[in-house]
Amino acid sequence: MVWGRVKAFFDNDFEESAAPSVHFENVGVRYGMGPEVLRDLTFSIEPNSFQFLTGPSGAGKTTLLRLILLSVKPTRGLISLFGEDVSRISKDDLTDLRRRMGVVFQDFRLLDHLTTYENVALPLRVQGKEEASYRNEVVELLRWVGLGDRMHMLPPVLSGGEKQRAAIARALIVRPDLLLADEPTGNVDPSLARRLLRLFIELNRLGTSVVIATHDFGLMDQLNVRRLVLGDGQLHIDE
Amino acid sequence: MNDPSRSGAPKPEDGQRPLPASLRRNAPLVPVDSAGGQALAAVIAILTFLAALCAGGAELVATSSSQWRSDIAREVTIQVRPNAKRSIDADVDRAVALARQTPGVEQAQPFSKTESERLLEPWLGTGLDFNDLPVPRLIVIKLQEGLKPDFTTLRQALKEQVPGASLDDHALWVSRLSTMANTIIGIGTVLVILVLVAAGLAVTFATRGAMAGNREVVDVLHFVGANDDFIAKEFQRRFFKLGLRGSAFGAGIALFLTTLLGFVTSSWRASPAGDQIEALFGSFSISWRGYLLVVLIALAVAVITGVVSRLTVRRFLNENG
Repeated sequence: MVWGRVKAFFDNDFEESAAPSVHFENVGVRYGMGPEVLRDLTFSIEPNSFQFLTGPSGAGKTTLLRLILLSVKPTRGLISLFGEDVSRISKDDLTDLRRRMGVVFQDFRLLDHLTTYENVALPLRVQGKEEASYRNEVVELLRWVGLGDRMHMLPPVLSGGEKQRAAIARALIVRPDLLLADEPTGNVDPSLARRLLRLFIELNRLGTSVVIATHDFGLMDQLNVRRLVLGDGQLHIDE
Repeated sequence: MNDPSRSGAPKPEDGQRPLPASLRRNAPLVPVDSAGGQALAAVIAILTFLAALCAGGAELVATSSSQWRSDIAREVTIQVRPNAKRSIDADVDRAVALARQTPGVEQAQPFSKTESERLLEPWLGTGLDFNDLPVPRLIVIKLQEGLKPDFTTLRQALKEQVPGASLDDHALWVSRLSTMANTIIGIGTVLVILVLVAAGLAVTFATRGAMAGNREVVDVLHFVGANDDFIAKEFQRRFFKLGLRGSAFGAGIALFLTTLLGFVTSSWRASPAGDQIEALFGSFSISWRGYLLVVLIALAVAVITGVVSRLTVRRFLNENG
């Protein structure tokens, strides 16, 4: 099933949207009455693009990802996702937009009371799909990320790398148009980091826009792609 | 690159066993079976138990009072007071004859002199000579079932032909009894409603606690594309099951206790205390209506638990974005 989709992408059997996946215009955000932690952010993430989001610790990488996820509201500026202005978005539309995004959290955020299989299948389950329609797909993806023999285990007994791969599989299972990954290699050894990077490259080749937040220069040096650099609350783009 | 064998990615493992029909364990997405959840189930069990006792008690009173009222309403009494200038036996016979002529009267039975004197024995003691006392005589009239005769004619005839006779249709007593029974039933109903409201409030607090405790789970569900309604339904499902478990336990204990009390009182039936209890409450057992009421209360508590939790979750999510 996964390979059917792979073929569809490579045969260009999908409709590519002309609008950028993400567009920020003069966006600023502050917490409470404090100073702006991010200011004057103006950039776009094009469909099927690959970029790193980098900067020193505390520069606001996670805040920027949360702005894209719409879990933080900007204090000024305009944000549009997939061509839609999100300033007055309804809750239903917000859910629809989130279903087009996959997110890998720095702390994985797997649900500890669900098995690896159930965690990965979660985005499909919340969409109300029958298990029979996605069971093989989830198992295939779990085997693909090397967790075939860990699918019945609960997250607390998985290693850091296994949790990372489960979180990535959960983000990929819905075939997102946009993948946001926050420090996805922060808890794994360099060898596994390279494998995970290859996985993201594969995904990007399948048509997903990928944003990887990291301050690991070793990882970024492996790939000559666009870098969004955050510093002093502002964004610089290295094409 | 669309062939996995050329992509450099790990191959799907060979020789896999066929997959079972379901790999899900039907685990709830929101875990509310924590210590707080168990405490809520216990609170619901206690509240359901109290509500079932109130409802069962009210039903017992309703059934007994209905029986009393029916018995009393079917009986009318004529009291013939002695008059030195008249023969009381003749007056009694005349009153009986008049009563028997009245439509709707099934039976008119006079108490003999001896029977009337025996009625006074509990108050005056035995061995007394009642000849010196002006003991009134009673005539008990049984009415045909379902009929409510008009006693105006009989009353008028007694007044004209049997001076000193009075007719008592027990209307005042029935009215007082009805008021008392309805008050008890009303109090029982209000208590049941209060208990249900208390259950709803307990569920509201428990749901808010569960929401706060599962904030991260709720966030993850939002991020993977769950809408508020889906999350609210998940909480509703969990709390409904919790409520059903608690209310079934509470209602079960209440029914068990009622049945047990029924057995105990029936074993006392021969004793004076048992007779008094039976006189007040009838046989201390609730009818099928009572059992149905208790089951309905248990279901209502479970439904209230589910619905209140769902509304609370929706409100919580609206308030907290």
